[in-house]
Amino acid sequence: MADQTLDARGLNCPLPILRAKKALKDMAHGDVLTIQATDPGAVKDFEAFCRSTGNELVESTAAGKEFQFRIRVQT
Amino acid sequence: MSEPANNKRMSIIVTKGTLDWAYPPFILATTAAAMGLEVSMFFTFYGLALLKKKLDLSITTLGNAAMEMPMMGGHMKMPNLLGALPGMDKLATTMMKNLIRKKGVASIEDLRSAAVESDVRMIACQMTLDLFELRREDLIDGPELGGAATYIEEATKSDINLFI
Repeated sequence: MADQTLDARGLNCPLPILRAKKALKDMAHGDVLTIQATDPGAVKDFEAFCRSTGNELVESTAAGKEFQFRIRVQT
Repeated sequence: MSEPANNKRMSIIVTKGTLDWAYPPFILATTAAAMGLEVSMFFTFYGLALLKKKLDLSITTLGNAAMEMPMMGGHMKMPNLLGALPGMDKLATTMMKNLIRKKGVASIEDLRSAAVESDVRMIACQMTLDLFELRREDLIDGPELGGAATYIEEATKSDINLFI
């Protein structure tokens, strides 16, 4: 598996996290998952998710009403 | 990604079976499972309805003084007097389901499937099953039957125990 992109726009809590977890499960150490989202709550939630699961949140950006997260698989 | 970085456990007692109250236990259970926790849910009393094969969940405005539904840019209170009118619960349920769809909130059916898929342990209360004259085959496949002692054993092993 290689890097992946997940479109979680329009989805509300906890779906972006659940979909991200599903995608990460099939990825290998070092791969990067890019997630697009519109749920403002996802900003804090992806920070907490990464702290708890040991994955690295390499980027968290906001542009207007859209957010982008990049998670590098560490486990 | 290898499984879980996070050796923690959570248990939830699920006691309510209305559409609104079905959300907190399933949201927390699926999220905790996604974060690597081992999760158990114990469904008792009205919460047991959430394990029925066919979900037909509704909300009521009665006794729910804090309920305000967004409507035409404002918020509409739901006075108890109105809630007593025939058809009010159906109307409120329809409004809520429309909101859920519009805002990209998962359905309870989807969250429940996600919980099953992520190996959340589900325990259906045997006593409630007897009390409300439900049959095992009325419930989805997967949940095991158990009682208070089954829950307590799980709770003693858990880091987080919630009663919802």
